[in-house]
This record gives sequence, C-alpha cells and structure tokens, in this order.
Amino acid sequence: MTDNRFIVSSSPHIRSDETISSIMLDVIIALSPAFIAGAYFFGYRAILITLVSIISCVAAEYIWQKTCKKPITISDWSAVVTGMLLAFNMPVTVPLWMPVIGGFFAIIIVKQFFGGLGHNFMNPALAARAFLLASWPGAMTKWVQPFEKISLFGNVDAVSSATPLAIIKGTEAVEQAVPGYWQLFFGQIGGCIGETSAIALLLGAAYLLYRRVINWRIPVTFIATVGLFTFIFGKDGLFTGDALYHILSGGLILGAFFMATDYVSSPVTPKGQVIMGIGCGIITSIIRLYGGYPEGVSYSILLMNVLTPLIDKYTMPVKFGEVKARA
Amino acid sequence: MRHITVALFFECGFRIVKILIKLYFVYKQCIIDNSEMLERGEVRMKILTFKGGIHPHDNKAATEKIPIEILDAPEKLIIPLQQHIGAPCEPLVSVGDEVKLGQKIAESKAFVSAPVHASVSGKVVAIEPMLHPNGSKVLSIIIENDGKDTLHESVKPNKDISQLEPKEIIEVVREAGIVGMGGAGFPTHVKLSPPPDKKIDYVIINGAECEPYLTSDHRVMLETPEEVIYGLKAIMKVFGLQKGYIAIEENKMNAVQVLKEHASKEQGIEIVVLKTKYPQGAEKQLIKVIAGREVPSGGLPADVGAIVLNIDTCTSITRAIKTGMPLIRRIVTVSGSAVREPRNYSVRVGTPFRVLFEKSGGFTEEPAKIVMGGPMMGIAQFSIDVPVVKGTSGLLAFTKKEVQLMAEGPCIRCGKCVAACPMNLLPLYMSAYAIKNDLEQAAKYNVLDCIECGSCSYVCPAKRHLVQSIRAAKQAIIAQKQKN
Repeated sequence: MTDNRFIVSSSPHIRSDETISSIMLDVIIALSPAFIAGAYFFGYRAILITLVSIISCVAAEYIWQKTCKKPITISDWSAVVTGMLLAFNMPVTVPLWMPVIGGFFAIIIVKQFFGGLGHNFMNPALAARAFLLASWPGAMTKWVQPFEKISLFGNVDAVSSATPLAIIKGTEAVEQAVPGYWQLFFGQIGGCIGETSAIALLLGAAYLLYRRVINWRIPVTFIATVGLFTFIFGKDGLFTGDALYHILSGGLILGAFFMATDYVSSPVTPKGQVIMGIGCGIITSIIRLYGGYPEGVSYSILLMNVLTPLIDKYTMPVKFGEVKARA
Repeated sequence: MRHITVALFFECGFRIVKILIKLYFVYKQCIIDNSEMLERGEVRMKILTFKGGIHPHDNKAATEKIPIEILDAPEKLIIPLQQHIGAPCEPLVSVGDEVKLGQKIAESKAFVSAPVHASVSGKVVAIEPMLHPNGSKVLSIIIENDGKDTLHESVKPNKDISQLEPKEIIEVVREAGIVGMGGAGFPTHVKLSPPPDKKIDYVIINGAECEPYLTSDHRVMLETPEEVIYGLKAIMKVFGLQKGYIAIEENKMNAVQVLKEHASKEQGIEIVVLKTKYPQGAEKQLIKVIAGREVPSGGLPADVGAIVLNIDTCTSITRAIKTGMPLIRRIVTVSGSAVREPRNYSVRVGTPFRVLFEKSGGFTEEPAKIVMGGPMMGIAQFSIDVPVVKGTSGLLAFTKKEVQLMAEGPCIRCGKCVAACPMNLLPLYMSAYAIKNDLEQAAKYNVLDCIECGSCSYVCPAKRHLVQSIRAAKQAIIAQKQKN
C-alpha cells in the first residue's frame, strides 16, 4: 500500500443519485400520457407539432451556446421539457413555423438572455405562448373538435369550433353544445394539444408527486382557489358557479401541475408556494370570469412568476432555534 | 342535474375540509399532550423524529453484525496533544522518558481542555508536530511500544457512583481526558459543569448513529449495554436527576431490545426509539425531539437544560470510574467500498490509520478518498499515516467511482435543499450570497445557524457545493466578529 494522492474535498462525501437531467426526464415521463392523449384526440399533426417544437427548442439552445462559446447543456433535457410544454399550449391547427418561432423565443429570449437554466424569471414555454398569442391571435385560437380530419403539413382552415370555456363565456358566436364532465375529464373537447385530457395530466401529476419532483402546495392551492372563486362568483349570482367545470376545462390542470410548479420561476419557501398557488388561482378566476379572454391560466402564472423573488424574500421560514432562551 | 352534482361536490368538499380542520386540532392537542406527558415523565410509544432531513442509504450491513475486535497496539503510536476543542496540552514528558499505560503525558491549565494519556507503555521517541486528521500539523508525542502494557500506578478503581459526589465524578471525567467522541471533541467535564443558573434536567445518551456506514455505537450498545447504563447513571448523579434517556434509531431495534432489558433493572432510564433519518443524531434535533425544546439560535444545549453525550463517551466515563483507566482507546468502524474486510475495532488512541486498513485485509483497489468519521460530516484525509484520535468514530475508504467529483450545475431553485434543511434555513440563498462574498446578506439568511450536516449538498440535483460555501461564509463572519 503506497501512499497515493487522495481526493480531499469538503463533506458530505456522498450525494444522492438525483440530477437535473433525471428530474427533467421525470417531467418528460409525466408529460407523456398527455402527449399520447393529444395525439389520440388531434391526430398525427399533434405529434408533428410537438416534435417541431422540441427540435426548435433544443436547436435554439445548441445554436445559442455554440455561438456564445458556452458549454453545451442540451443533454440536461430542460429544452425538451420547454419544447413539450410549448407544443402542449398550442392548438393543433397552428402553422408549422409557429412552434419554431415559439421555441427560439422561449429558449433564446426568455431563457438564455437572462443567463440560461436557473436564471429565467418566467416560465419560457408560457412566455413564448403569450408572445405568440399576442402576435398571431387568430392562429393561436383556431380550435378543432377531436377526431376531426386535418391536414398533416398544410394549413388548416375551415374550422368551426371553440373551447368549452369560450362556449360558456359566450365570447364566440358559435352555437355549440357545452361538453359534459366526462368529455372534459377524458379530454374529448376543443383546446390546446396537451391541455384537454384531465385524466392523462393527473396521471402524470401523480407520477411527479410520487417521485417527489413536485410537491402538493402550488397545484392544490391553485386548483382549490379557482374552484372556490368560480363557485362563489357564479353567473347566476353568488354561490352558483360551476367549479368542477372550471377546474376540468382550459389549461388549469396542465398549468397547475406542470407550469406553475416550474422550479426556476416559482418560490422555494413552503409559505411562498402556497401564496403562489392562491395568487395564480385568483388571477385565473378574475380573467376567466371578468376578463375579455376565456382562459387565464398562463397569464396568471406569468404574473406570479414576476412576483416570485419578492414572495421568497418575505416568506423566509422561521429558523430552528428562533425562540427565547428558557428562563 | 348539473347543479345537483355541483352541490354534492361541494357538500363533500366542505365535509372533507371540516374533518381536516378537526384532525388538525386533534393533532395540535396531541403535541401539547405529548409535551405535558414529557413534563410528567411518562413513557411515549410513538417513534419520534424532526422536520427536514434526508434518507441516504445507510450501508451499515457490512459491519453491523461483526463483533468488536480488539486491535493489538502497534509498535509506534502518534498521540496528538490536541484531540479536543479548547486549549492544546503541554507535554509532561520529554524525549527518552519511559511511560506507562494510562499515564498522563500532557495537560493544560485551561479549563476548556482535556489531558492526554499514554495508550501503551514504552518510550517517548519524539515530540514534534505531526499531521493530524483535521488536516493541520499538531504537536504530538510519539511513543515506541514496549509491548508490555505496564499499568501506571495512577490507574486504580474509584468508588462506586453511589458513594461519589457529583464534583468527584466530574473530576474523574476531567482527569481521564474524556471528550465528546462523536467527532466534535468537546471536553466532557466542561459539559458536565454548566453555569449555576442553567439547571440541567435532560440527560440524553445519543445512540442515534445516523451517519451511514458507521456501526461503532451500535456494537457498543449490543456488547456492553451495562457500561452504557452505568455511564448514564453517573451523569444523572452529577445533576441529581431521577431520569435519563438513551435515544436510538429505529434501524437498531436489537440494541433497543438489549438496552431496554438492562434498563428495566434500573430506575428512570428510558430508551427512546427515533425514526431512521439523517441527521437524527444532531444534538439540537435530538433535544427537540426528546425534550420538546429548541436550543435558541447561537445557544448551547445547556440553555434549554439538556446535555447530550455520545455512546462511546458514556462507556469511557464508566471505565474511568470503574477501573480508573483514562480515555486511551475507542471503537472505530472501518468500512467503505474500497475496504476488503469491513470491521469494528477497539483501537488504542494514536494508532495510525494504515494499521487499521492493513488489519482489514487492505484495499480491494486503490482508494480515491479516505474519510475520518461518517460520509456526511467526516473529514477527507491527505494520508493514512495519521493517528486515530479520541473523535475517530469511523474510517472509510471509497473507490474512485463513488467519489468522483461531479460538475456543479446551475441552481434550478428546486427547493429540495429547503425541504431537507433540519434548521429550517434556505441553503440556496445562503450559498449564493456566500459565493458572492456578500457576508452581510449571508448573515441575514442565518448562515451562522447552519449545523453543516450536509443534507442540502446531499440532495442537490445540480450537485452544488452548498455546505462548503456556507461553511466558508460562516468562518469568514466569525473571523470578522473576532476582529471587531
């Protein structure tokens, strides 16, 4: 036994197996039921758009890091997650160049301009969605009913459908029956690729909770707040709202479990996470009930993202030993 | 139809909320009851734990069933004159002197210090600075073992604790050079002499052994339970207490069983079972769990009337009283993936690490890292030619594969460090300010309260060196304070 050079480093000398990429992979696994549901209801074009979106995000990250001579970090899977979430927030009818623009916007402007992974102050996929919605409102709100035949590569026109929220809000002059709860639950409704199937999303969410990638605080408080608000402030007077309908429709479940819980742009303190959930819930409800737009999940999350540093600052947990010495 | 469904939905919802609220109050009541029960000194059945913490793989299987083996003293021992927190000792012997087993060879006049004894009989061949497991060079006495183990005349049994005064017990402990053997090395007689305004009413023997790999305390509890109980009784006597606690993690139920059997013959000794979680054995967490009291920020256990002692410390007290033998040996677990035959040894203080590894069949492959203590809080070693000191609870050798330093990724603010922190701090922010060298902000985020348990670094998916940076900031802040 000769004396060789040992590694001398600070404790602890063991680390958990979890890495950034293992967490991102867990999120991808959790998103796949919703992806399958989207493909089932909206056809091959949903798959194509998701793939284009993922490839654009990964390519954008690679190109940016290559040009800036920074270490290439596409192997951490975070760009793939962004790509998936971006596609899930688009209707299946969007032209194929749209996810490309969205992907580059999300990765380069929202994420890399601010310092890359861990430094973006907003959820990149949601910010890109907001950007696309503001720039091409028509294309971003062109819905189709599930199982409708749409062209795979070409432009989609002649669409006459609306999301359940738009129907009950009456913003669209379409005479359409309001879908029932079971249709909402399984996702056989008009909407974005990844947001329609509550059951598929909940399956993924259960996996994330089980793997402890996310905790219950943000999603539960978010959904409960929306439920409570929409119930209290119903269309036909106080306490008449249809909370269950509001919970199951729109992007609430996708947003609450997969986007409001985004690590980088949400608070880290337990109290802060509850505030984030309640804040998102209130803003979503206000937009849905009184705003000019049927859906409010993405804007509510973006607004709360901006408040995150402040929330963290004012919700510092009471440290151990913050007590008076015993007399 | 829909309205009925919704009404039903909410009816159910409200009921669930009502039940939850009720449950919450019942739970609160339980906590209060529990603490009242504690005040009355009743026995609890619940398995207790603290908030936060982590669940690393314990890796204790390799050594937990292997009885303690007495390791022969080597030919040459290196005995550092500082194996404790406090003033270093001055040598009482000179080069060329003959020393006997148990002879005091160095001491200091300072109160916060602990004398050092010869752990073999033989000849002092050198007194010079030698590499210490803490990484610095410390003045050490090097003894050549004559192999006779001639006992020094000062080593003789004391009276039984029933006939000893508290002051006499403390004096025995001080003379025996007993320090905290869990690793910190705080002189035990100082712990036993708190300022008169602090009344101690909780004595806790820490058998949690929450560090992975280590099984030395576990083996001591199994093999010499009577020594553990006797030591606890001695400390109870010091404070005039009728009650004492031994805390053990759930993964050592055989030790719980053995100690319970022995404790049943005595009065007022409770064996407390704790959940297996790291850092269950951290002093502050242990006191919170058992006494329901939080050691105030910046305070000591005595501030809440508690003292915590390590298992091996406790049995050392027993031996010092019963046989008069000072602290000259300790139990060391030798383990880790690079060790061929992991073992528990009873080792003389001053034995070089190399001897322990050789006795364990050497290495399966060249180890990449040697750690003294547990993998969570232990100290990485430069060399295996440093000696076992009073605080060496384990020696671990890891292969290259296991201790590969992983590249640090960016913090993704996952909050896992926040959930893991047993002190309820925000490691990600403390570390960020520490790295920026913004000591003022770091202090605002309570870096000084960090107990350096390493839970945050352990869970960090980005493999950030959280504790390392926090520790650096802590030291800088303390240094700054001392300057002013």
